[in-house]
Amino acid sequence: MNTDASLIAALYAEFGGNIGSSSSRPVNATLQADSPDFQDHLIGKNMLQVFTSPQILLRLLSYLKRSVSNPFLFLYDLTAIDERSRAANSQNAVEKVDFTLVYHLYSYSRHTFIRVKVPLYGAYPHLPSICSLWQNANWYEREVYDLFGIGFDGHPNLRRILMPLTWEGHPLRKEHPARATDMGPFKLTDEKQEKEQESLMFKPEDWGLERQRSDVDYMFLNLGPQHPGTHGVLCIMLQLEGEEIVNAIPDIGFHHRGAEKMGERQSWHTYIPYTDRIDYLGGVMNNLAYLLAVEELAGISVPKRVEVIRIMLCELFRIASHLVWYGTFAQDLGQLSPVFYMFTDREKIFDIIEAICGARMHPNWFRIGGLAQDLPQGWDSLVRTFVEYFPARLKEYEAMVLRNSIFKARTVGIGIYTLEEAIEWGVTGAGLRACGMAYDFRKSRPYSGYENFEFDIPTGQNGDCYDRALVRVEEMNQSLRIVKQCLENMPEGSYKSDHPLTTPPLKKNTMQDIETLITHFLQVSWGPVIPQGEAMSCIEAAKGANSYYLISDGNTSAYRVRIRTPSFPHMQMLPYISQGYTVSDLLSILGSMDYVLADIDR
Amino acid sequence: MSQTLNYILLIAGMLFSLTSTAALLIWVERRMLALWQDRCGPNRAGPLGLLIVAADTLKLFFKEDWIPPFADRKIFVLAPAIIAATVLLSFAVIPFAPEILIADLNIGLLFFLAMSSLGVYSIVLGGWASNNKYALLGALRGASQMISYEVFMGLSLMGVVMLTGSFRLTDIVMAQQDYWFVLTQPIGFVLFLIAGIAETHRLPFDIPEAESELVAGFHSEYSGMKFGMFFIGEYLGITLISAMVVTLFFGGWLGPVLPPILWFTLKTTGFILLFILLRASLPRPRYDQLMEYGWKILLPLSLINLLVTGAIFLFTS
Repeated sequence: MNTDASLIAALYAEFGGNIGSSSSRPVNATLQADSPDFQDHLIGKNMLQVFTSPQILLRLLSYLKRSVSNPFLFLYDLTAIDERSRAANSQNAVEKVDFTLVYHLYSYSRHTFIRVKVPLYGAYPHLPSICSLWQNANWYEREVYDLFGIGFDGHPNLRRILMPLTWEGHPLRKEHPARATDMGPFKLTDEKQEKEQESLMFKPEDWGLERQRSDVDYMFLNLGPQHPGTHGVLCIMLQLEGEEIVNAIPDIGFHHRGAEKMGERQSWHTYIPYTDRIDYLGGVMNNLAYLLAVEELAGISVPKRVEVIRIMLCELFRIASHLVWYGTFAQDLGQLSPVFYMFTDREKIFDIIEAICGARMHPNWFRIGGLAQDLPQGWDSLVRTFVEYFPARLKEYEAMVLRNSIFKARTVGIGIYTLEEAIEWGVTGAGLRACGMAYDFRKSRPYSGYENFEFDIPTGQNGDCYDRALVRVEEMNQSLRIVKQCLENMPEGSYKSDHPLTTPPLKKNTMQDIETLITHFLQVSWGPVIPQGEAMSCIEAAKGANSYYLISDGNTSAYRVRIRTPSFPHMQMLPYISQGYTVSDLLSILGSMDYVLADIDR
Repeated sequence: MSQTLNYILLIAGMLFSLTSTAALLIWVERRMLALWQDRCGPNRAGPLGLLIVAADTLKLFFKEDWIPPFADRKIFVLAPAIIAATVLLSFAVIPFAPEILIADLNIGLLFFLAMSSLGVYSIVLGGWASNNKYALLGALRGASQMISYEVFMGLSLMGVVMLTGSFRLTDIVMAQQDYWFVLTQPIGFVLFLIAGIAETHRLPFDIPEAESELVAGFHSEYSGMKFGMFFIGEYLGITLISAMVVTLFFGGWLGPVLPPILWFTLKTTGFILLFILLRASLPRPRYDQLMEYGWKILLPLSLINLLVTGAIFLFTS
């Protein structure tokens, strides 16, 4: 805390009245910077928040990245909020804010976030791009442009990224309808069809690709969106010289379902099933990321038993997710059999999940303040059988896949990036650890009681496809260790917190007390009303750091849901790490990245 | 007259049994892969799922025989015919048993090599005529792979020819009455087997089709029976290479007690299963790694093998 306070003090010393703790201060230059009160900048438990203006933004961020001690090297997330209909908006602002740009920076040495907010005014505001500071700002800014219509001055390639190029409007703006039924009947006129077809024409110049260079005519290969090697609807435009990749431009958005927009109309409770489908291999792990933020807003602390059950299921899902990656990675390299063995083992995990949750891939089982049910009788013998069975299988797979010399020839030394590059591009999870950095959010910012468990953080050294594979395989062993500890130390207690905002609420008092009955009725029919505020969770999901940044204006549904997924920045890095390799290597790189399209596009 | 009739009957019978073997291999491969991959495989149609062969064939016949409008029509149609024809022609010189043999050419081995070299046209023309970039990439890969692996395929067999003193396949079989050539030519055998897998472009050498990279490579645009021809060509290719391995290194039809044709079939089936097992177990090397392996390791090895065999041959005779 002390270092955080000194950081705020240092920022005031450097920027004076140009920063502040609320949106009213920095915008009005005549206001004197009052004594910088650290508490005003502390949101929740450990989130620092600073307001600034577009003019100062670049200087402030560059100061945070380069000049402070223990710098904020990692641009964790960049997003916007449409403030225009926020209930709390006008309370203490001098001028009504229309949009807020939000930058989340992370410091690997401090283990803390700092949130920099920039208030913006007008219907279609614009502000300086920070692409010169962080490589990975590029796609984030394009996303904000696409979904909010906010412009970024100096951005190298500001075009739509998730929505179709012909889309009208910017979906996350509050005036944009959330349902197709609000939009009037769809008509496909000849003119419109022409326009759509036209926009699908491939023009290399639009993608920033040149057609030829002195003596070479490049070949453009459209890999996807329907391609067996891309694991989903991903399109990669390849600029080839023979089989060598000159450039590879991913085109994403085919899997975009507007998950963030849906969060603004679903109740806090009914949004949980949507989270299951973000990283659809991670199952309840998505629930956890969402609920940690909701529970922080609601001020709920869950019982010990809930924490341990949540961890156990998350780790089982981590193994299941890694098994899918393991098998499909081998299959991408032409090895046909492992994927069948691994899916069979994954099925064994799903048997446990099904016995506990009643569903397999998308259990939707965690609830605000607890779980849907208690563990069923006999869960322990199911889990024990698996924990005893699985290590031998992992050994067998290692001999089959990891030690296979053709597999090694295809992955060692392919798709290398250094630790500095990984941080610059926002790589998290196994991809970061494969570069030699033992960093895991379960250890450095423990949530849900991970601090009580013993496990190691596996690392690699070379940052190539093979090391990423090694790290993930070892992670399965570590997850197994955690599951074992859950099995042996499952605490007794309730599966739900006693807090009034727990949804659905505990029923035990409703028969005695009319107030509780009313609350219960409202909670079940409308859903809970979560107090005003902002909270961001951060968990170590199977694919990297996953966050839900929730904003509540004291309503039955979120005012804004921002989902920070690990796959998005990972995919952004693809052109950088695949140049100079061959088409076959591209498949190794994609496979080792371990992404799912739903996690990229949301 | 009756001799001619016999001859025609033999050819017709051979054609029929070969094409039905190729069709049956669809079932064999799927069932064996399933067995090794802890699955059931096709087991619903008919006893043991055997009728899947009929179902697959019927499906292929009834599918729309579609030629993409952007393709080069004539060559597009010609390409799948080439692979099936060349492989079938190669079978003409293979002695299945002493009396079951279509053409006992004195250059039988050379005829086989020539025919398998012609097979590459099928891939190149198919990939080119499809006018599709994936097909083209597959065809390019296929052409260079087959050319480089043919170089030492021929060389790997010269040891056998030297030991026999003849290109006639029946002579080669008869020369193995005391011992199989796999004992005196183990390196030649391994080299020929590898070249054979590459020749039939099966995993781990299925670089021209590499489904996770090139969708289906050179035959991406093919459907219906034209696709079926490529398929039959591939299975016939497996049978051909297995039959050649048996003829050249494992004593052909020779064997005690059982009738010769049965011995030949048994040995060939063993190698076909090996092909399928390889597909179930190995990943696919990268294109340039494969070429490097061919030119830098296998070719020198086959030359050394030839040199050593020649030296020993000179010394002992």
